[in-house]
Amino acid sequence: MSIEGKVALVTGASRGIGRATAYALGKMGAIVVGTATSEGGANSISEGLAEQGIQGKGMVLNVTSQESVDSVLKEINAEFGAPLIVVNNAGITKDNILMRMKEDEWDDVQDTNLKSVFRVSKAVLRGMTKARWGRIVNISSVVATMGNMGQTNYAAAKAGMEGFTRAMAREVASRNITVNSVAPGFIATDMTDALPEEQHDMLKKQIPLARLGQPEEIANAVAFLASEGAGYITGETLQVNGGMNMR
Amino acid sequence: MSTIEERVKKIVGEQLGVKEEEITNASSFVDDLGADSLDTVELVMALEEEFETEIPDEEAEKITTVQEAIDYVVAHQ
Repeated sequence: MSIEGKVALVTGASRGIGRATAYALGKMGAIVVGTATSEGGANSISEGLAEQGIQGKGMVLNVTSQESVDSVLKEINAEFGAPLIVVNNAGITKDNILMRMKEDEWDDVQDTNLKSVFRVSKAVLRGMTKARWGRIVNISSVVATMGNMGQTNYAAAKAGMEGFTRAMAREVASRNITVNSVAPGFIATDMTDALPEEQHDMLKKQIPLARLGQPEEIANAVAFLASEGAGYITGETLQVNGGMNMR
Repeated sequence: MSTIEERVKKIVGEQLGVKEEEITNASSFVDDLGADSLDTVELVMALEEEFETEIPDEEAEKITTVQEAIDYVVAHQ
């Protein structure tokens, strides 16, 4: 069973890793639905997919709203069929040192980065169970295992996501559904552009490959885990970080 | 047209991979027919489709035997 013609859902697909992933899955023949939080973002996804010659479209999704998740899933099911490949990529950062961190900075990051994975994964399970085939790939972060100054909220959410990955993988393995995470290191996206230049220089010193990664290099890892060839891998977290977190 | 009882037993047989003659009204999905927790959820999904109804989670949890499934369908026709 190849992924040709299967429906793939990628959250947070208007830029960065999500966009690269949407394109990579589309190149493998999937019909791709990419989501963004705004109408403008969804439109730009639709345009991008069309330019790449990929079937599918952008849709507006707020992963912190159960209603929004339910209605988007309904729409995808009606228009394209049940998504059997799902990439939980939508995420935010609200960095602050713990002593200054506000409760809403903590809560927003947990809701958008972690509870969203619960909402979306639960909503797509019915279709995957019926099909006796499914691929869920959660986009974690190297920070989940290494920790990072100013990111207690983000690190906790990403580590939680990796635990969720393993527990869900055990639950649904009997239905031929695999659940894995990809943990990117520092990738050249809007999220890391926001970091000060000194931190970029310092980061490169810690990365054996001495550069930031490209979004496409994460997308390749996600595409592999979504492929038929990765069918015996589940509950795993694949580190893609230029060697900065060898274990 | 098959009766509700026959339709329920047919679905139970298909979902749980057991022969229909092994299924009695008193059969418990888990204890007698070897269903695991995912099987029971899928069974409810299949019943929902067959009888074009929605079974809320709190009701679904109470359906543990063939007779309980039949009773639910009859009551919600």
